[in-house]
Amino acid sequence: MTTPAGDEGRKDLQDRKVGQETMVGTVPSDGEVARDARNPSIATRERRSTTLTPSGETPYLVVEDLTVKFPTADGVVSAVNGLSYAVPLGRTLAIVGESGSGKSVSSMAVMGLHDRKRTRITGSIRLGGDEIVGLPDSELMKIRGDAVAMVFQDPQSSLHPLYTVGNQISEAYRVHHKVSKDVAKKRALEMLDLVGIPNPIRRFKQYPHEFSGGMRQRAMIAMGLVNDPKLVIADEPTTALDVTVQAQILDLLNNLQKEFGSAIVLITHDLGVVAEMADDVLVMYAGRCVEYGTAEDVLARPRMPYTWGLLESIPTVSAASERLRPIKGLPPSLLALPSGCSFNPRCPYKDRVKGERCITDLPELLPVDGAGAHTSRCHLHDKASIYEAEVAPRLG
Amino acid sequence: MSKTVRPVDATTGGTEPALLQVRDLKMHFPIKEAAGLGRTKKLVQAVDGVNFDLKAGESLGLVGESGCGKSTTGRMITRLLTPTAGQIIFKGTDIAQMKEKDLRPFRRQLQIVFQDPYSSLNPRQTVSNIISTPLRVHNLVKRGKELERVQELLERVGLNPEHHNRYPNEFSGGQRQRIGIARALAVEPEVIIADEPVSALDVSIQAQVMNLMEDLRRDLGIAFVFIAHDLGVVRHFCDRVAVMYLGKIVEQGTRDEIYGAPQHPYTQALLSAAPDLGTIRGVPPKERIRLVGDVPSPIDPPSGCRFRTRCWKAEDICATQEPPLIAQAKSGPGHAAACHFAEPKVDLTAATA
Repeated sequence: MTTPAGDEGRKDLQDRKVGQETMVGTVPSDGEVARDARNPSIATRERRSTTLTPSGETPYLVVEDLTVKFPTADGVVSAVNGLSYAVPLGRTLAIVGESGSGKSVSSMAVMGLHDRKRTRITGSIRLGGDEIVGLPDSELMKIRGDAVAMVFQDPQSSLHPLYTVGNQISEAYRVHHKVSKDVAKKRALEMLDLVGIPNPIRRFKQYPHEFSGGMRQRAMIAMGLVNDPKLVIADEPTTALDVTVQAQILDLLNNLQKEFGSAIVLITHDLGVVAEMADDVLVMYAGRCVEYGTAEDVLARPRMPYTWGLLESIPTVSAASERLRPIKGLPPSLLALPSGCSFNPRCPYKDRVKGERCITDLPELLPVDGAGAHTSRCHLHDKASIYEAEVAPRLG
Repeated sequence: MSKTVRPVDATTGGTEPALLQVRDLKMHFPIKEAAGLGRTKKLVQAVDGVNFDLKAGESLGLVGESGCGKSTTGRMITRLLTPTAGQIIFKGTDIAQMKEKDLRPFRRQLQIVFQDPYSSLNPRQTVSNIISTPLRVHNLVKRGKELERVQELLERVGLNPEHHNRYPNEFSGGQRQRIGIARALAVEPEVIIADEPVSALDVSIQAQVMNLMEDLRRDLGIAFVFIAHDLGVVRHFCDRVAVMYLGKIVEQGTRDEIYGAPQHPYTQALLSAAPDLGTIRGVPPKERIRLVGDVPSPIDPPSGCRFRTRCWKAEDICATQEPPLIAQAKSGPGHAAACHFAEPKVDLTAATA
C-alpha cells in the first residue's frame, strides 16, 4: 500500500474504489472473502489547476452585492452585507466562517428559501445567466431541486420520516420530469446505487430510520442529484457524521463532481475539510467576505488577521501541541455591527494601522498583491511580511 | 463476553498508584423486542470490558466514533449510570456498585462537564444558583459566603463576576460552557470527566475553552478524562490516549505512541480519515485508508475481534479468537493494542512543517 506515483495509478485506485463502494456494508462471511477485495481504498485527491476559469466563460453561479436583512422586534439583523462570489461548473467553493457569519443565510438566498415576508434581499444572484432575486415562488420551484440542489447538515431531520426513502427520491424526480412511477423508480434505484448504497432494491422500500447516519446522508445526496443539478449547495454535509464516514461522504461528493461536472458550494467551519475539498475559499465574518482566493492562497498564504486567527485556533492532527492562540472576544451582534472593519474589536493587529482607520473606515475587498484573484478586506500594509514573520512560525 | 484475562497491570506504567482504576467495566442496556411469540430480551453491549488507569493530574483521552461507548464509560465513572459489571476503583475504594448514600463523598471528587452547554444548565436558575447548589449540597461554604465563592469561581473561568445573577440564556455557547466548568470546579474535584466539552463550540471559542481547561489542569492539578471524537483536540490536550471501538478499547498508549506509531488498524484508519490542513501547505498528501461500511450493531457484535468486519487485515483467526489488549512487539511498555496483526505505521500524521 504505497501512494501511487503516476496519474494512471491513481485512476486505477479510484476505479477499484468505486467497485468497492458498491459492496459497502455487506458483512463478509468469516474469512471467505479474498483479502484484497477488502483492502481499504486508498485515495489521494489530486488538486485541480489553480487558475480561476481558464476558459474565460461566465461562471455558472454569480452572486453580486447580495444583502440579506431580517427586520425583527429588536431592530434589523444584517445577516449578509454586500457579498459577491462566483462558482464555475466543475469547481468547488468553500464558504468558511463561524456560526452567525452569514454563510448559511447567503446560500439559502441562492436557493430562494427565505420567507419573503420576513426578509429583505437586495443584490443579484444569477444562475447560468438568469436572475433569481425577485422571482415569484412558482418560478423558483422549477429551479429548486432541478438546476440547484441542497444537501443539508442533518439528514435525520431533512428526510421525511413517514415516507420510504425510495418514495422521496422518485418524487423529487417526478416533480421535474413528466414520467411514470416506474421510470422514476428506476431512476431512484440508479441513484441509490450510484451513491454507494448496497442492495438498492431493498433499501428503496425502507424508511429513513432504518438507515444509519452515513447511509442517510448518501440518500440525501442521491435525492439532491437525481435531477442532475448544475449547482449543489452542501450545507455542513459531514458535520453530523463520524470521521471515517465523513471521509467516505467527501470522497463520494468528489467523485460525483468529477462525473457530472457540477459546481459545488460547500459550507463548513472545518478548515481540514476545506483543505481537502475546495478549489476556492471564501472566508466570511459578520456577513461580509473578508478573504477570497484559491484554497492554496487562503490557507497557505492568508492575508487577513481573522483567517490567521482561525488557523491558529485549530489543534490539528499533525501539528505540535503548543498552546492554542484563540481569537479573543466574541463575534459581534448582527443588530449593531461595529463601525469600520467588523473584526476590529477582536483584531490584535489594529494598532499597526496608522490613525483610527480600522475603527472609522470599512476596508475594501482588494487584491492582496495589487492584482490577481486573491482578495482580502484589511487596512494592514505589510500583511505578507506580518504573516511570514509572525503568524507562519507559530503555525509550525 | 470476553474470556480473555488480561494482566491488570499491563497498562500501568511506573510504580505510582493510580488515582482511578477501571477494571473490566461493562454496561449492557436491556432492550425489549417483540419477536414472534413471547419477548426475547436483547442487550445493547454499550461498554464491554474496559480497563484503564488514571494518575493524579494526568489527562486521558477517550477517542472513538459515536456509539463506541466512550460517553457511557464517562457516565459510569461519575456513577450517573450503574455498571452491569466491573470495578471502578477510586483511591482504593470500589465505587461501581456503591449505594447513593455512601457515594455522596465521592461525587465531590468526580465531576463531569457535558457536551451541550444549552441543555446542561437549568434555564430557570441564575448562574449563581447553578454554581452554589453543589456548594450547599456538600456543605463547603458557610451560609452567606456563597456569593463570594461563586464570584471567585466565575473569575477563575474567565467570566465577569458581576454577571452572577444572570440566566443562562444571556450567555453565548462558549460562556455557558465556562459556567458548566465553574459548576464542576465548585466542589474542588480531583477528576473531571469532560464529555465532548468543545464539540458544540465555534473554532475560535473552542480554543479559548481548551486553554481554560489546560490552565485548570496545570494550576489545580485536576486529572481529566477527556472524551472526544476530534483527534486534533485530543492530541492537543491529552498525555495518554485510549481508542475505543464498539465498547472495547482497541489501543492505548501515550500521545506520541498513538499518533506517531499507531498499531491497531482501526487507529490507523481513524487517523488517516481525519481531514488535515497539512496538504495545502505543500506536504505531500498522506496515504488514506478508507474504511468501508458502518460500525456493526452493539446488540449483536461480531465474534472474535469486533473490528474484523471492516478490517483489511482480517483472517480466520480474527473471527474465532478475540485479540487481547496487550503490548505488541516493537512498542513501548505502556502501549497496548488488541489486534492479531498489529504493526506500527508511522507516516499517517507526517508533520505539517
